[in-house]
Amino acid sequence: MISIYEVNETNKMIDKENLDVRTITLGISLLDCITDDLEKLKEKIYQKITLSARDLVSTGREIEREFGIPIVNKRISVTPISLVGASACKSEEDYVEIAMILDKAAREVGVNFLGGFSALVSKGMTESDRLLIKSIPKALAATNLVCSSVNLGSTRTGIDMDAVRMMGNIIKETADLTAESDSIGCAKLVVFCNAPDDNPFMAGAFHGVTEGDLVINVGVSGPGVVRKAISKVRGESFEVLCETIKKTAFKVTRVGQLVAKEASERLGIPFGIVDLSLAPTPAVGDSVADILCEMGLEYAGAPGTTAALALLNDQVKKGGVMASSYVGGLSGAFIPVSEDQGMINAAECGALSIEKLEAMTCVCSVGLDMIAIPGDTKASSISGIIADEMAIGMVNQKTTAVRVIPVSGKGLGDSVEFGGLLGTAPIMKVNNYSCSDFINRKGRIPAPIHSFKN
Amino acid sequence: MKRIIITVVGMDTVGIIAKVCTYLASNRINILDISQTIVQGYFNMMMIVDINESVKAFEDTASELEQIGKEIGVVIRCQREEIFESMHRI
Repeated sequence: MISIYEVNETNKMIDKENLDVRTITLGISLLDCITDDLEKLKEKIYQKITLSARDLVSTGREIEREFGIPIVNKRISVTPISLVGASACKSEEDYVEIAMILDKAAREVGVNFLGGFSALVSKGMTESDRLLIKSIPKALAATNLVCSSVNLGSTRTGIDMDAVRMMGNIIKETADLTAESDSIGCAKLVVFCNAPDDNPFMAGAFHGVTEGDLVINVGVSGPGVVRKAISKVRGESFEVLCETIKKTAFKVTRVGQLVAKEASERLGIPFGIVDLSLAPTPAVGDSVADILCEMGLEYAGAPGTTAALALLNDQVKKGGVMASSYVGGLSGAFIPVSEDQGMINAAECGALSIEKLEAMTCVCSVGLDMIAIPGDTKASSISGIIADEMAIGMVNQKTTAVRVIPVSGKGLGDSVEFGGLLGTAPIMKVNNYSCSDFINRKGRIPAPIHSFKN
Repeated sequence: MKRIIITVVGMDTVGIIAKVCTYLASNRINILDISQTIVQGYFNMMMIVDINESVKAFEDTASELEQIGKEIGVVIRCQREEIFESMHRI
């Protein structure tokens, strides 16, 4: 039988160490909505989403109440819209209309984000992909809850550099169109290499075409719990450190697995995966950077950071896979800057640079995330940053991503306040030496060789 | 069997257990186990109860116990047992 000490441990994690389930994300396939009539398509999309997700939020609240564990977000991911709209959408404006109907449906069912305003262009673009990508700035400015992602490369296909070049401009335009709110549009836009089909986390969630009609995916969290646990083993060996992280990750993931199973049963929707990511929030103590500091670094970004993060990421996975039979999504440690108070502190005091963050993305999920950069950064430089990150993902057979915010009208020394889970960010320095001749080349970077691994 | 863990945390005072038990008895909720400690001067009790025969839904039981807690100055929380089982048992 459960002992009082175990009960107290769990409740302390929830009350004092910010243990929560970060998100229940309902994946909805919109493939059966496809038609060549825009109005009909909009109607079908609205109906399918509002019908499929009508009980999502209330079920989430019930589970929260019964188990006493906060479920911070209830979200929806849909089939990449460039596929769904290919037949009906003839212009950028048509895609903006789809974004607006997605926004309306998301508001109706009460979720806080809907992901899937996406295109998968890792090898090439269809006309539909091109129109959707061009519509992103307007779509994100016209909506509040819609998130957009574009997959620009993969280990199997290489990197579509035409799309990379385009995204540099699209990110700039998105920043300009939402300039009055510190370019927040860019916080809802992410580009990927090797994007997973079942990621429950925003802004990159979409419902892949390999998925069933409906699926429940759950993202767990718990940086605060891991930090607290390893604070008890200061000065101990790496073996003890690893063991502690693994055990904690196991406990955290089991809660995610339980919530996923319950949600799936109550909604009558199949369970997909648990995503094991350590996802920080701006709340004090809920920080991945603080874990790195607890391991023995003065600040995130100090020499040793990449090694510490690699260890953390690996142990989280090792503990997590034992706790759940179906693990997927991104599963690792997230290192966003604005959403993590420890990262913000490190960036503000100069310990953390974009280049160090890039190195860190080699050993963890996902990538350069929620980084505010000067508003006058050239589009080609943003494309260069994206290309670098995509290359890391492509060569290392992992997911990488870029979500940077070139904040209109702001420069080095300024900071931006996005509010809520998106947090605060100091503007970080970008290396401004030109890469435009490289970025302006047409075509794609070929897939890397898959043998001769030495 | 549907089991719930009830935790009571707060300043120690006369009649906490009595109040909670009276409520449980009048709603046909059977107590399976009680343990109690004092942690840093705070009263800390855990009960494992069976709500199969309960006349009330979980939601009502949880909010009514919460209310009783407020009246006597302690925090009473109800949680399904599974969250602890899944976290602490393989």
